[in-house]
Amino acid sequence: MTISADHTAPDTASTTPADDALTEAVKKFGITVEDYMLPARHQIQMVDPDGRLIPDSEQGTQPGHEYPVPGNDELLAAYEQLVVGRRVNDQNSALVRQGRMAVYPSSHGQEACQVAAALCLSDADWMFPTYRDAVAVMTRGVDPVQVMTIFRGDWHGGYDPLKYKVGIQCTPLTTQLLHAVGVAHAAKLRGEDTVVMAMCGDGATSEGDFHEALNFAAVFHLPVIFFVQNNKYAISVPLAHQSVAPSLAHKAVGYGMAGERVDGNDVVALLAVLDRAVKLAREGSGPLLVEANTYRMQAHTNADDDTRYRENSEVAEWRAKDPVNRMRTYLTGRGLLDDDGEARIREQAEAVAAQLREGLGEDVPVDPQELFRHVFARQTPQLKEQSAMLADEIARDAAATQNSDAREAGK
Amino acid sequence: MSPTITTSSEANGNVSAATARAAASAAASAEAAGPQSVTMAKALNTALADAMQADSSVLVFGEDVGMLGGVFRITDGLTATFGEQRCFDTPLAESGIVGMAVGMAINGMRPVIEMQFDAFAYPAFEQIVSHVAKMHNRTKGAVKLPMVIRIPYGGGIGGVEHHCDSSESYYAHTAGLKVYTPATVADGYRMLREAIDSDDPVVFMEPKKMYWTKDSVDLGELRRLHEEAASIEGTTTGLGSEGRAAVARPGTDATLIAYGPSVPTALAAAEAAALEGRSLEVIDVRTIVPFDDHTVCESVRKTGRAVVIAEAHGFASVSSEIVARVQERCFHYLAAPIRRVTGFDVPYPAPKLEKYYLPGVDRILDAVDDLQWEN
Repeated sequence: MTISADHTAPDTASTTPADDALTEAVKKFGITVEDYMLPARHQIQMVDPDGRLIPDSEQGTQPGHEYPVPGNDELLAAYEQLVVGRRVNDQNSALVRQGRMAVYPSSHGQEACQVAAALCLSDADWMFPTYRDAVAVMTRGVDPVQVMTIFRGDWHGGYDPLKYKVGIQCTPLTTQLLHAVGVAHAAKLRGEDTVVMAMCGDGATSEGDFHEALNFAAVFHLPVIFFVQNNKYAISVPLAHQSVAPSLAHKAVGYGMAGERVDGNDVVALLAVLDRAVKLAREGSGPLLVEANTYRMQAHTNADDDTRYRENSEVAEWRAKDPVNRMRTYLTGRGLLDDDGEARIREQAEAVAAQLREGLGEDVPVDPQELFRHVFARQTPQLKEQSAMLADEIARDAAATQNSDAREAGK
Repeated sequence: MSPTITTSSEANGNVSAATARAAASAAASAEAAGPQSVTMAKALNTALADAMQADSSVLVFGEDVGMLGGVFRITDGLTATFGEQRCFDTPLAESGIVGMAVGMAINGMRPVIEMQFDAFAYPAFEQIVSHVAKMHNRTKGAVKLPMVIRIPYGGGIGGVEHHCDSSESYYAHTAGLKVYTPATVADGYRMLREAIDSDDPVVFMEPKKMYWTKDSVDLGELRRLHEEAASIEGTTTGLGSEGRAAVARPGTDATLIAYGPSVPTALAAAEAAALEGRSLEVIDVRTIVPFDDHTVCESVRKTGRAVVIAEAHGFASVSSEIVARVQERCFHYLAAPIRRVTGFDVPYPAPKLEKYYLPGVDRILDAVDDLQWEN
């Protein structure tokens, strides 16, 4: 008996929605699937470190990887948020030095990524940030003091994720990417066109959940943008110890999604790339991966000493690529920003900084009973018991203090 | 069956599920009226189907749960009945399954996910401990996670390594999780439906050696009772099994405290003891978290003697917790120290050795004999 494949038989394997959408995306750009999924050969950069718009012909882009310059309103809004974000980063670091905040992982130097990640989304979209993405969360519209509550030390979070459609600022690396996938999946099942921005850093790409999240998003064909801020260090460990892939954006192709890398200190390029990614995802392209090439200008947190693992010269090199200065030069050169505009934006940044100083300066009283109130939707008898025990302990302490005060007074 | 999905979950600010639930009783699958011989597997399967029928935000996913119906067939027929959008296979990644369920629960769904075996759930441990257990607390209740993590657990089936762990203590130890484990066919139905309705995340531990246990059960009546309770807003789980242990067999001389797969073993021991003239009361814990101190202590105060039985290793386990709690509350009523019959503190053994490892009737009776009886 011989077994032979019938090559004349029609292919009975039905195409999946993923195939269809991918074909469509390919049709859109007139390139092969591989060229669509692989990042452009160079990072996308539109404004160089000196603030000059790079002519199309010199951008090094390839077919399917050309990006139009975003509109003036979007650019100005981005600049405004860049200035505010920088001020917020530096204000928070100062508050930590003054002992008014426990810790602050600053995104100083990464503000372009922070701002673009928020501005590319619509109100109904979701964002899943990390602990370093406070500026992105604020740009999304969350009250600055509520954002910083997580670092103030009286609770593990300060804003309602459902109200702002912003997940908690996640500490366990990349675990939030799967939550992003779940939110997108639920929305898709209900026929909503929600896009989800799932954020992580370069070190996080080594985590297992990074792989699982990208694979789930691709297999279920979900509108998730995986936005990797490659700031070159995971605390002290440089990128070379995390990955030897040609770029982190290249990881996309292994999951069957498109990847792109972009100058993470060029907010113009970031907006162009992320705006298109959001649009594609909303139209059904499935997930995309965007790697932003940026740099963590300060130590991991105030508890870290970055002189132990990197040279000052390296930091200085990146200072010259600063995202805020670059954008100011570019907008001024184009006549979109003058001294008055600059002053108005600075004033706004100062107002936010004052709000932070005020909100984080006051010593908010904590209520010990809060320990038990939120563990479950339906309280357990054991927690009721423990709550009563603590209340009794506190009451007895207070009574003892009162008695000793009375004795003191009676002397 | 329409695959249309709407959010009808009560959690996370979405519309009430009561309407959907009320409509569901009409759609109960045709089955013979009155008590029938039903397996635990069938009871769990029916509970899943009824919950999906009652509330379109209930989704089932995991490994092999779709076309195959699960390796234990607990999800049998759900894809055929409710469509691939509501019962589906995922890539082979447990952290991914739990993490995606967290996101779905954040966004209005009630995911019921299956970990294929106890020891296969370990890759998901970070998601369970760091997010499933903590999301409600860290958001001060703004984000509820109404999700159920079903885990077949325990040994006694001649399974190979990594297929027979009793992992309940890990979850019970984690603040923020509820841990249910049914030990009867009727509880399989009842408790799974309550777990799905709960706005708290529930780790639902299914004693896998009992999947084929049969009992005479009226599923239609259980369904009716559940939906009656669920239709009273706010009492969905308030009148249910959570925090309520059961007296599985009344007795007067000593109390055997057991849960999940150890309950039938305890009942067999009580039966054997009765032949020797000793009356043992058997308590089925049902929900490990929250624990029903009242029922357990009431029994121990009455009998004055207790043995705790569990398959899991004894050291730092649910069984040690039970001994500690009972001792703290019943010290003056005790005629003897509380004894434990548990698995030894060794990795779960190969099939030919498991009979030496598992708590059995003789070991339980020996422990009972040690409870300092007069003469």
